[in-house]
Amino acid sequence: MTATLVLEDGTIIEGKAFGAETDAVFELVFNTSMTGYQEILTDPSYRGQGVLFTVSHIGNVGINLEDDESAKPQISVAVIRSLSPQVSNWRSALSLSDWLAKHNVPAISGVDTRWLTRKLRDGGTQKAALSTKGTSAEMLLNMAREWEGLDGRDVVKEVTCEESYRWVNDEGFKWVKPLNNEQLLVESGNWKVIAYDFGIKENILRHLSSYGANITVVPADTTADEVLSLKPDGIFLSNRPGDPAGLPYAVEAVEKLINSNVPVFGICLGHQLIGRALGADTHKLKFGHHGGNHPVQYLPNGEVLITAQNHNYCVTAGDLNPDEVEITYKSLNDDSLEGLRMKNKPVFSVQFHPEAAPGPHDAHDIFGEFFRMMNNSR
Amino acid sequence: MKRTDIHTILVPGSGAIVIGQAAEFDYSGTQAVKALKAEGYRVVLVNSNPATIMTDPEIADATYIEPLTPEALEAIIAQEKPDAMLPTVGGQTGLNLALALSENGVLEKYGVQLIGANLSAIKAAEDRMLFRETMQKNNIPVPRGGAAYSIEEARELVKETGYPVLVRASFAMGGTGASWVYESNQLEEAIRKAISESPIGQAWLEESVLGWKEYELEVMRDKKNNFVVVCSIENLDPMGVHTGDSITVAPAQTLTDREYQILRDLAHQVLSAVGVETGGSNVQFGVDPKTGRVVVIEMNPRVSRSSALASKATGFPIAKLAALVAVGYTLDEITNDITKQTKAAFEPSLDYVVVKIPRWAFEKFPGVDPTLGPQMKSVGEAMALGRTFPEALNKAIQSLEIGVDALDASGPSRELLTEPETLSSLTIPRADRLFRVYRAIRQGMSLDEIANVTGYDVWFLAQMKEMQNVELRMQNADSKMQKAELKTLLHEAKQMGFADSHIARLLSTFHSPLDVRNLRKELNILPTFQRVDTCAAEFESQTPYLYSAYEMEDESRPTDKQKILILGGGPNRIGQGIEFDYCCCQAAFALSRMGYETIMYNCNPETVSTDYDTADRLYFEPLTLEHVLNVIDKENPIGVIVQFGGQTPLNLAAGLEAAGVKILGTSPHAIQLSEDREEFAKLLKELDIPQPENGIARSLEEAREVAQRIGYPVLVRPSFVLGGRAMALVESEAHLAGFIQQAIEAAPNQPILIDKFMEDAFEVDVDALADGERVVVGAIMEHIEEAGIHSGDAACVLPPYKVSAYHLEIMREYTKQLGLALGVRGLMNVQFALKDEIVCVLEVNPRASRTVPYASKATNLNMAYVAAQVMAGKTLKELNVTAQPKVDGFFIKESVLPFKKLPGSSSLLGPEMRSTGEVMGHASHFGHAFAKSQTAAGLGLPDEGAILITVNDYDKSDGLKFAREMHRLGFQLYATPGTAFMINKAGLPVETVEKAQDGSTQIVDLIRAGKIQLVLNTPLGPHAHSDGAEIRKAAIAMNIPLLTTLSTATAAVSAIQAIRKKELKYKSLQNHYSGT
Repeated sequence: MTATLVLEDGTIIEGKAFGAETDAVFELVFNTSMTGYQEILTDPSYRGQGVLFTVSHIGNVGINLEDDESAKPQISVAVIRSLSPQVSNWRSALSLSDWLAKHNVPAISGVDTRWLTRKLRDGGTQKAALSTKGTSAEMLLNMAREWEGLDGRDVVKEVTCEESYRWVNDEGFKWVKPLNNEQLLVESGNWKVIAYDFGIKENILRHLSSYGANITVVPADTTADEVLSLKPDGIFLSNRPGDPAGLPYAVEAVEKLINSNVPVFGICLGHQLIGRALGADTHKLKFGHHGGNHPVQYLPNGEVLITAQNHNYCVTAGDLNPDEVEITYKSLNDDSLEGLRMKNKPVFSVQFHPEAAPGPHDAHDIFGEFFRMMNNSR
Repeated sequence: MKRTDIHTILVPGSGAIVIGQAAEFDYSGTQAVKALKAEGYRVVLVNSNPATIMTDPEIADATYIEPLTPEALEAIIAQEKPDAMLPTVGGQTGLNLALALSENGVLEKYGVQLIGANLSAIKAAEDRMLFRETMQKNNIPVPRGGAAYSIEEARELVKETGYPVLVRASFAMGGTGASWVYESNQLEEAIRKAISESPIGQAWLEESVLGWKEYELEVMRDKKNNFVVVCSIENLDPMGVHTGDSITVAPAQTLTDREYQILRDLAHQVLSAVGVETGGSNVQFGVDPKTGRVVVIEMNPRVSRSSALASKATGFPIAKLAALVAVGYTLDEITNDITKQTKAAFEPSLDYVVVKIPRWAFEKFPGVDPTLGPQMKSVGEAMALGRTFPEALNKAIQSLEIGVDALDASGPSRELLTEPETLSSLTIPRADRLFRVYRAIRQGMSLDEIANVTGYDVWFLAQMKEMQNVELRMQNADSKMQKAELKTLLHEAKQMGFADSHIARLLSTFHSPLDVRNLRKELNILPTFQRVDTCAAEFESQTPYLYSAYEMEDESRPTDKQKILILGGGPNRIGQGIEFDYCCCQAAFALSRMGYETIMYNCNPETVSTDYDTADRLYFEPLTLEHVLNVIDKENPIGVIVQFGGQTPLNLAAGLEAAGVKILGTSPHAIQLSEDREEFAKLLKELDIPQPENGIARSLEEAREVAQRIGYPVLVRPSFVLGGRAMALVESEAHLAGFIQQAIEAAPNQPILIDKFMEDAFEVDVDALADGERVVVGAIMEHIEEAGIHSGDAACVLPPYKVSAYHLEIMREYTKQLGLALGVRGLMNVQFALKDEIVCVLEVNPRASRTVPYASKATNLNMAYVAAQVMAGKTLKELNVTAQPKVDGFFIKESVLPFKKLPGSSSLLGPEMRSTGEVMGHASHFGHAFAKSQTAAGLGLPDEGAILITVNDYDKSDGLKFAREMHRLGFQLYATPGTAFMINKAGLPVETVEKAQDGSTQIVDLIRAGKIQLVLNTPLGPHAHSDGAEIRKAAIAMNIPLLTTLSTATAAVSAIQAIRKKELKYKSLQNHYSGT
């Protein structure tokens, strides 16, 4: 079956359909990770987006029950160069194509993903539409152009939990371990952590849990007072898709939380919310950071971490008050802001993904930092 | 930040090219030296291998082409007073030297710091027992097993590991002395061999992880513990086949991110545990495909063959960065060369697939077991890039140059094998297993079954099955197929890397590869060129490092400059190796200097030529007409250089000319003429230059007639081959048929050349330059061995020491006449034989020869560099090259043979070249130069002890002379009965030992016991080889120098005498040239 992919600039690409037979409209982004397509496909931060994988072969290891980042695929479509005809892995439970079909996600293979990546790199992210059921290219172009897009859209309400819940470790938990020297923090445990779910990745919860946290996950619109009334040891602000400017209620909550002197830790969107709460603006990057090989430098000692990243927006460093905020990490690729820490409050955040699923584990210790911070505040 | 407390850095190279340690260390070493020099350090380089780019006098500040021994290095350290030594770019040799110089206190005595790796890290990585302990201490998983110094200890260990068990020799490189033991009665022999091969007498036993999936991570670390994985590599062949003999794929294809990150974390832990502070390392893993259990197999705290591959596969120059981090830089302080905007502190992302396939030379070593195992046997490799695995795999096969262009092992002139494959034919890992697997898939064998017996991951098999499907569709396409449908099918096939030549065989309606090419052009199915950019297109690439694909967008962005394309030599093989890569690099350097844009074209990842830094542009592509023409269509160069890359590009010359491509320099017609025996004989007759009686044959009948006419012994050889492939010395008609058959197989449809063999003649090689008007002799080299030994295997001395000025002048004269008559523009090599005062021409090769780098270094005339300028239109006069350069002292080239790595091979030299590498020794005295050449070749001559002499009757009087000299030098004499009788008769004391063939093990026992320090064994004749075989085998196994000709024996005497009189001195090339 032929699949047709149309970009808002009028580019029409034909390939082979796999996954579900349907149409989809989305924002097309590329990801340069060479492993971990399943984690990317289930990452809620990709809500509303179609992901183009730059690596040649996708589907090689099928779908493994332990490797989910949420209960289902979150991406709108997958765009790939070559779909593996064979699943080969000792853990795999089903094939990528069957899994996508089951979840009604269409996908296209046989695309020159390199060419398309260069196009996105040079021209920026585009709106696009895909059909795997024969919808005409003109129709798809209209769909793409008429779609309101993700800018300013509150995708959070699509991915956040409906009500708060206690996180219970799942099958993927066995893959996550705190660093050896943190055993003490784990044992002194019983940390009560409230995690805001703006589209949280499960590996973040597994990491928090591995340090001995009892986690309550709360919906994105939970107020600061509600959270503080639970008397948490620490508050975690999750990642999520889309534009941070679309979440004034969250910024308001974060501002209060910062002033509560309860330790606050943010990842990705959580980091951007803290930035905005501290008075900084956020701006859109040309084509964002999406991959598992992004070097960031820890400015206090110059150490470099290879990190997983997935964001289109970035906190504007110049807006932060240097008396109040220390910039801790910067991107080595484009010098953009990657992390901050408040000087007089137990608040810190990173733009990249220390839970890294998929991606290198270099930044795992940042979870330890959160627990040390809570320990100091006790 | 860069260290300013060190100024002079000593860098040891890896020495001669041997199996397991080859041209990749010229690539790494050259990169490292260039990087250090660019940072302002003074670099002192030591490498015994003259065929390397790194030993070019422009590369380092002081270049020592001297033996890589602790003694030589100590002398050089005393002279040059380096502050630091970087031992991690010279392979195992570099590390072993660092160990030796640390342990004997030399580094401390002269205040030399090790940089890039410290002593404890080297030990922790190299000593298997220590490595294992280190891993276990750090909770890093390893296979079960341990070290044994005796058979008893080994038996204890086997109780834990069970059978099969892997037995290795500790500290031996390239897997020497390693074997699999399947049952208890094989254990003793394996342990004894391992203990004797191990420089520390240690055997290592390990649990079987046979059949497990094998992965390698190439990693870098700097002093701030910044750590990056440059490349993940997955071996198609599972654990059990040495990674150098495995087909490998990058990036890894069958790991989930969870699993991959475990390997990454472990690699980082391994580096920390071993104590690698800075530099590149390689960590190997085994993964149980059924449970995912991971074990660390080994690590190398240095650059390696795999790191060279990883550098080429990703565009991340590991050796250069290893050098920079060794002098204090951190990765974030170094710019990524390819993007020029990002930093070296990152991990390359690949949006293509890289496949490497090794190349073996079993055809040259009858008797050697071609089964692949823990001991590496391949002599070279080809790498290919494609957007997908099928495309890369097909291109890699085409790059191999074994006459095959398809996965079923068929080729343009190679019939498809129709014998059915069985599970048992797939079980044993051999050089052709990949092809067998594909044929088994075609026969319908189930993928799971194949995976089960081969250990190939089923993912790869499924990809091959897809290729098979496309192949079938092409076979079934008939003339009624619609154009559009045909276009789709062809495009799909090209995207899978199918060669035009293969498609021509598959599609019934097309006949020649050119037909397919034209059809493709008509249908607009044209290749695109993609950049190797380290970042999967995330950033713009500023470096034109390109590979072909059939995609939407071409990224080559050709310039409109005047440009020249240089065709490289493809995968290394015996007879065509690093020497030719050296010449191609020189061409790039020279032509760039002249202002041309240079375009390098090659498919060998081990080389300097495929460094994106060597030429202005680099195409990493198979050396086939189809692919070369694609690049020419795109680039439109003013000309192509085919004369520097060995036989490979020459074989393409006719096709290129036919396509209207301009070949620079000597015309392919002249090259052809010199290969065509009839034409060549005519030319020599015209010029009145003698040659040995000869004739050509196309059948056994004709061969018989020719041989009878000119008289035995005769030399038989196929035409259009390099390295004396299937060349043989035939003593009588009884042996003729077998050799003729071999010659026909080596070069089908080509005439066979039969020359009268000139017994006892001396051979002389001349390398010369010509520009059409003038011929300038660059160097004259005399073979030390008598005629009958391939020039690539013979030891060689420059200047000649036994040829009169009169005869040298005749050779010069003949060279000039030939150069002018053939219209040579560029390099030429002439081989002469001198017998009975008559100078005969054996061969003329109007192209780069194997001796060019060696001769260039001896004469300080960079012949390949000059030749490239001539080919681009300069005259020798303009270049100020008009007279033969003078040579001070003696430069001796010695060859290095792979017999030890290939047990079972005959160790006698003959007309077929079998050496893998060469070394050079130089000194003002012949004896000193010879002594150095022998030491550098790995078998230093003894200065005392006992020798064993066993010579044939024909050689007895000269053998006696040798015995007398050695007796005078104080050596104790042993000899076999006939030889002993004669020595005894001359009144010399000698101990008689029984001949091996009489069932006695006396000689072998003596050698094994270390009682003999030197063996002279001359064979009875080319067909009575078995006689001394046992003796030679024992000598090789025990690393005892073995002389097989009397002329080398004479040279050895002269060397031992010279060392006795005066100590060896070591001199840099720069000092030698300037006369200081």
